[in-house]
Amino acid sequence: MANNKAIKVALVGNPNTGKTSLFNQLTGLNQKVGNYPGITVEKKVGVSQLSKNSKATIIDLPGTYSINPTTLDENIVLHTLLQSSHESYPDVIVVVADVENIKRNLLLFSQIKDLQIPTFLVLNMADQMSRKGIKIDIEDLEKELQTKIILISARKNQGIDEVKKTIDNFESLNTLPIANISEKIDKDYFKKIKEDFPEFPLYKSWLYITQVEEFNDLTEDQKTKINSYKKEKEKIKKYQHKETIFRYKQINEILKKNYHVNRSEGRDLRSKLDKILTHRIWGYVIFALILMVIFQSIFDWATVPMDLIDGFFANLSMKVKEILPAGMLTNLIIEGIIPGIGGIVIFIPQIAILFLFVAILEETGYMSRVVFLMDKIMRRFGMSGKSVVPLISGTACSIPAIMAARNISGWKERLITILVVPFTTCSARLPVYAIIIALIIPQQRVLGIFSLQGLTLLALYFLGFTSALLSGYLLHHVLKVKSKTFFVIEMPNYKIPSIKNIFFTVVEKTKAFVFGAGKIILAISIILWFLASNGPIKFDNAENDFKSNHTGINLNSEDYEQQLASYKLEQSYIGIMGKSIEPAIKPLGYDWKIGIALIASFAAREVFVGTLATIYSVGNDDENNTTIKQRMAAEINPETGKPLFNFPVGMSLLVFYAFAMQCVSTLAIVKRETNSWKWPFLQLFGMGILAYLAAFLTYNILV
Amino acid sequence: METTIANLSVGDRGVIKDISLESIPLSLLEMGCLPGEDVELIQIAPLHDPLYIRVNGSHLAIRKETAEQILITKK
Repeated sequence: MANNKAIKVALVGNPNTGKTSLFNQLTGLNQKVGNYPGITVEKKVGVSQLSKNSKATIIDLPGTYSINPTTLDENIVLHTLLQSSHESYPDVIVVVADVENIKRNLLLFSQIKDLQIPTFLVLNMADQMSRKGIKIDIEDLEKELQTKIILISARKNQGIDEVKKTIDNFESLNTLPIANISEKIDKDYFKKIKEDFPEFPLYKSWLYITQVEEFNDLTEDQKTKINSYKKEKEKIKKYQHKETIFRYKQINEILKKNYHVNRSEGRDLRSKLDKILTHRIWGYVIFALILMVIFQSIFDWATVPMDLIDGFFANLSMKVKEILPAGMLTNLIIEGIIPGIGGIVIFIPQIAILFLFVAILEETGYMSRVVFLMDKIMRRFGMSGKSVVPLISGTACSIPAIMAARNISGWKERLITILVVPFTTCSARLPVYAIIIALIIPQQRVLGIFSLQGLTLLALYFLGFTSALLSGYLLHHVLKVKSKTFFVIEMPNYKIPSIKNIFFTVVEKTKAFVFGAGKIILAISIILWFLASNGPIKFDNAENDFKSNHTGINLNSEDYEQQLASYKLEQSYIGIMGKSIEPAIKPLGYDWKIGIALIASFAAREVFVGTLATIYSVGNDDENNTTIKQRMAAEINPETGKPLFNFPVGMSLLVFYAFAMQCVSTLAIVKRETNSWKWPFLQLFGMGILAYLAAFLTYNILV
Repeated sequence: METTIANLSVGDRGVIKDISLESIPLSLLEMGCLPGEDVELIQIAPLHDPLYIRVNGSHLAIRKETAEQILITKK
């Protein structure tokens, strides 16, 4: 093999085997997350320097128990390893197994080995063997499995060099199959398959036959032959069961000889923790406490970095304004692009903190216990215990949350989860809630300790979760989606989380947000800037118009500048749009100025505050928040002569923002994940109508 | 005594006799739930669903509807 060409390596293994730890050790920071062409699952690829003059591209395939997929993530493993035309089709496969669950891990190994691609086995967590009373005769096991075995401890960075060396010499690995499926199940049947597809290893042909879907890399002739086999559905199912039983039997016989474990050691802690954490009362109490700690931390820890980011981008705009010559392009940069990027970066602290917690809960093995506790409850609402992670993640941002729904195996449960996640109170709603709550809820304390404003915010979170659950209930009964639901989840052993893995997970998910939502938020900010700084002919004369109407004002005062900006906004395209929707939003208690903010925040909620700041002609930096508030409070409704932002209008706005689907990025992700425009449209209109009606009722009851 | 996993109490053990192949997907077998294997019920969630079991060295949670399809001989 030419030295300059990178060896393609696929890491395959059960979940919780430390496959990702190995990936991180092999590639370090040299990794990126991309997408598989045409499909929606994330692909983790990294580069590893094997020796001075050889490199490997390593792909970390999603964790799976078998090559036969039950979820979208697992489907990737099958696709990558089966189709030699696949861009990630490996030169060598590394199967990662953990020493403790070796039997189940070897089932996957036995399937992979039969594909007859160069393969070797890595046994992780070798450092814990003596503590757990495990003894393995490696040499004998290597002979029986016809493979090379390397003992490693990915967390302690032990054995990694040998893995690299073996990858480098992959051409010397043996490619013999180990399970002779044809002999044991139905000799004649498999003989015929062999004769029909002499070009494939037998197991590969068998996989093409057993999968429901059709693979595009097959020729028409191959497809026809495969389809004729596929007709015997019952037979295939029976043989697949037989195959699994056979493989386990073979593995048991092999392990009997060279794998010994003293079971009494190391079991206590697990069962003690399980007794408390899955307890029918304490289990829920502990989960509730953990949730409280998480949300508390998001607010406490995120404020400082968020203020810093806010200040930084405001300063940056000012600095750039001083440096660059005045003009259209400069305006685009300082009013469109910089605030647009700032609007994305500002959410990073909250999102990173939330994913830090989610990663810790998953790494320790606790999340599976939550899934166990919540499954029955969530099923009432059309979802699965596995929907808990997306719903919690949704409080940061719907985009990574919707992607987290991928490991839900039932299509209907997954679909409902995707559809209701946007109801949870994401971080983009917070600035909107904060300003309106500050306006309409007095700074009082209830029972001496709870702040009334804080309680209102809590109530809004509660409203978000409740509406997610209730709409789940409704969809569960209304949606006629056929799907087979099967639920099984592994309850892994408890582990101390690895800092490195958590760090990488947080970075990866935050990146998914920045580049998923970021692009769209930035594009929208630029469009909004254009609509707000341009208008029909009258707009060009706005400055002169304004001057002639306001002759008394000192032309140099800051006040004048601000009033002019406000006047110009009114004459701009977006101002005209705001006015034209006024009749539709009047029943909700809003005027055309709020209309502008509603239009502006259609694509991304958080734009609401910035737009109001411009409309009410005040600076948008944080120190001026009180002024924004005062200006809004001073706004008078010309018809009633009373303050515009009164209690009913404020409540109506809160309810509107709680329900409305104002996030183009989420719609785009839902389209991608469901592969149809039907579902994002259902969300957009369903949630929009709900928001309108709820805001209408709120306003008219309170007014 | 012959029964199903769904009828066990916490701490009970048994040996899997038969799995109704029509209603149990392949993936459960692949996770180690096979005829002839020992099974222990570790925990039951409220409303008796799901069930947390140990089988063939794996710790799994399965729903009651699945547990009802797995025939065992109670020890």
